[in-house]
Amino acid sequence: MNIIVCIKQVPGTSNVNVDPVTGTLIRDGVASKMNPYDLNAVEMALKLVEENGGEVKVVSMGPPAALEVIREAIYMGASKGVLVSDRKFGGADVLATSYTLCSGIKALGDYDLILCGKQTTDGDTAQVGSELAEHLDIPHACYVKSIKQEGKKLEYVQNLDSKIVTARINMPCLMCVDSEINTPRLPSFLKKKENGDCQNKIQILTFNDVEDKDETHYGLKGSPTQVERIFEPDKRKDKEMITDGDLAKKTYDILKSKKFI
Amino acid sequence: MYKKIDEKDVAYLKSFIPEERIMVGEEIPNDYSHDELGGIERLPDVLINVLSTEEVSKILKYANENMIPVVARGSGTDLVGAAVAVEGGIMVCTKLMNHIKELDESNLTITVEPGVLLMELQAYVEEHNFFYPPDPGEKSATIGGNISTNAGGMRAVKYGVTRDYVRELTVVLPDGTIEHFGSKCVKSSSGYDLKNLIVGSEGTLCIVTEAVLKLLPLPSESVSMLLPFKSMEKAIEVVPEIIKSKASLTAIEYMSLDTIISAEDFLGKKFPDTNYEAYILLTFDGNNRKQIEEEYTKVAELCIEHGAVDGYFVDTDERKKSVWSARGAFLEAISASTDEMDECDVVVPKNRVADFIKYTHEVAKIVGIRIPSFGHAGDGNLHVYLCRDGMPEEEWKAKLEKGFDLLYARAREYHGQVSGEHGIGYAKKSYLAKQLGDNQMNLMRGIKKAFDPNNILNPGKVI
Repeated sequence: MNIIVCIKQVPGTSNVNVDPVTGTLIRDGVASKMNPYDLNAVEMALKLVEENGGEVKVVSMGPPAALEVIREAIYMGASKGVLVSDRKFGGADVLATSYTLCSGIKALGDYDLILCGKQTTDGDTAQVGSELAEHLDIPHACYVKSIKQEGKKLEYVQNLDSKIVTARINMPCLMCVDSEINTPRLPSFLKKKENGDCQNKIQILTFNDVEDKDETHYGLKGSPTQVERIFEPDKRKDKEMITDGDLAKKTYDILKSKKFI
Repeated sequence: MYKKIDEKDVAYLKSFIPEERIMVGEEIPNDYSHDELGGIERLPDVLINVLSTEEVSKILKYANENMIPVVARGSGTDLVGAAVAVEGGIMVCTKLMNHIKELDESNLTITVEPGVLLMELQAYVEEHNFFYPPDPGEKSATIGGNISTNAGGMRAVKYGVTRDYVRELTVVLPDGTIEHFGSKCVKSSSGYDLKNLIVGSEGTLCIVTEAVLKLLPLPSESVSMLLPFKSMEKAIEVVPEIIKSKASLTAIEYMSLDTIISAEDFLGKKFPDTNYEAYILLTFDGNNRKQIEEEYTKVAELCIEHGAVDGYFVDTDERKKSVWSARGAFLEAISASTDEMDECDVVVPKNRVADFIKYTHEVAKIVGIRIPSFGHAGDGNLHVYLCRDGMPEEEWKAKLEKGFDLLYARAREYHGQVSGEHGIGYAKKSYLAKQLGDNQMNLMRGIKKAFDPNNILNPGKVI
């Protein structure tokens, strides 16, 4: 099974400030890391390949510094990666991002499955995966907990708000995996030593390399989303205290409604 | 010898402690009859949740005049019965004295009440870009408890133990006198160091009601590395090599696969790797990313040369959580894996760690008992657990005694110490006496007598 995983570089901490003038995240001087939800997707891909054979490749879009997360995926076990990077791609919303990522996916060749994380920890839109599937004209599913290969189909279990769905889907397809479905493996020192900066395993795709040269499809120009304002969210400190009545039953009901039981 | 608390005593205590902070007899929850390990049980006659140094002073003055035993207690997470009122009497609980009183940025100190939890202290100072290095696994222990046992933890390799971070203590002596030992000053050549004597005295000399602790600037970078090995022997044999390499490490922890799996079951969370028999967990910290990279590259190469299968990076908050939350839960996880257990918290010279761990495997075979262990390989402090696993009472007691005798005898042979960080309390008294001999024990008894001539403070502990 050949799997492509979409990954993104995000700020290394959740305590990122927003520039009050431009409304953008202040990334200068803040350490970066791979979006933690994407790590669940990388782990899922590596497990599927261990069970069924094939290889895992990764694709990311971002500035040259995002090479770091592609290297990290290779140190975890991915075979190669593509970074889609050009100033013309900057300022993209979910539509332009998903369209641009298609070029990266095409550059990686044939695939049976594309995996994405549930969402990113910086943008939080949870839309790029589904939009990518629409651009590529393949079926997709979100909040996937587990995947099993059944011939040319995949059987998957999906964790929806009020129910768990088990279904089958034709390959090639795209799935956004749920969070906390696995504990991602750690990057390997030996793989880092063997691959160094992974020069021969990473391809960088710029505007000159993409098929569609219509600049209005990319970056800010290709983004219909108009952001009015970005602001720091209030930190939630609310809690629920249950002090009277049948405490055990109430606790049980809460745990059940949150599907811990 | 001690006076049994009667109605008159209770009435006096209630004259200055409001009803909601004092419990008598059957009102006292059973939790206060034992510590986390539960080796010895007895409820105090009166439990008082104190709020101030002055209250502690009044209680002690009265108890001393009336020969009533007093035991101080924080979160009750200790493992050797130190916070159990084995003679009954009054239990002074410091949990409500949990205020952070001052962050002194010019002197790099923080002043806290004894009931502040370690996790609260660490979170508070880190918010202000400071660092309180002592890092025992039990984060819900109080600072008062940490001071009483001279708790160590995982960063002792580089940063030392609680005693190294205590600058000044406000204490109440058994007769109710309030004293201040030590000061905010960095240096002191001013007579006997009473402050350092109190650290680790397990509430037998006085009750600590305030502490000034030393802080460091928070290192900006911290990376851990998890190194898998095919056997525990291979894993522990690499430790002396790491130490000899002169690398500057913050922590060197060892853990076996079965302990990790117990932690997975206990936490309901998977560890990032469970393919190998044993793991060494290293931590590097500092302010220079490049320097840290050079350090871990050097150490990883060395470990791989000596049998490590690989080295895994633990470099983001999520990765640190997945590894360190398991490490922090080992004690509870082993405890949950058996019906009863007892522990041996010996510390041996660093160059004897590997030999001692191997010896625990031998003892397990000789005695016929399961002995999982984990611990601070980098500072020689091991946590060795003897598990009952459903054995009948008599067989368990006999095997436990034999196991402990063998382990402590070997620790003595290696010039080790009975306890690295959990203390002596009630449970390890006989082993301390054996280790130190009559002369040293008599010196300690003399010190106890000088502080507490009526022996009312935490009687039956340590000596």
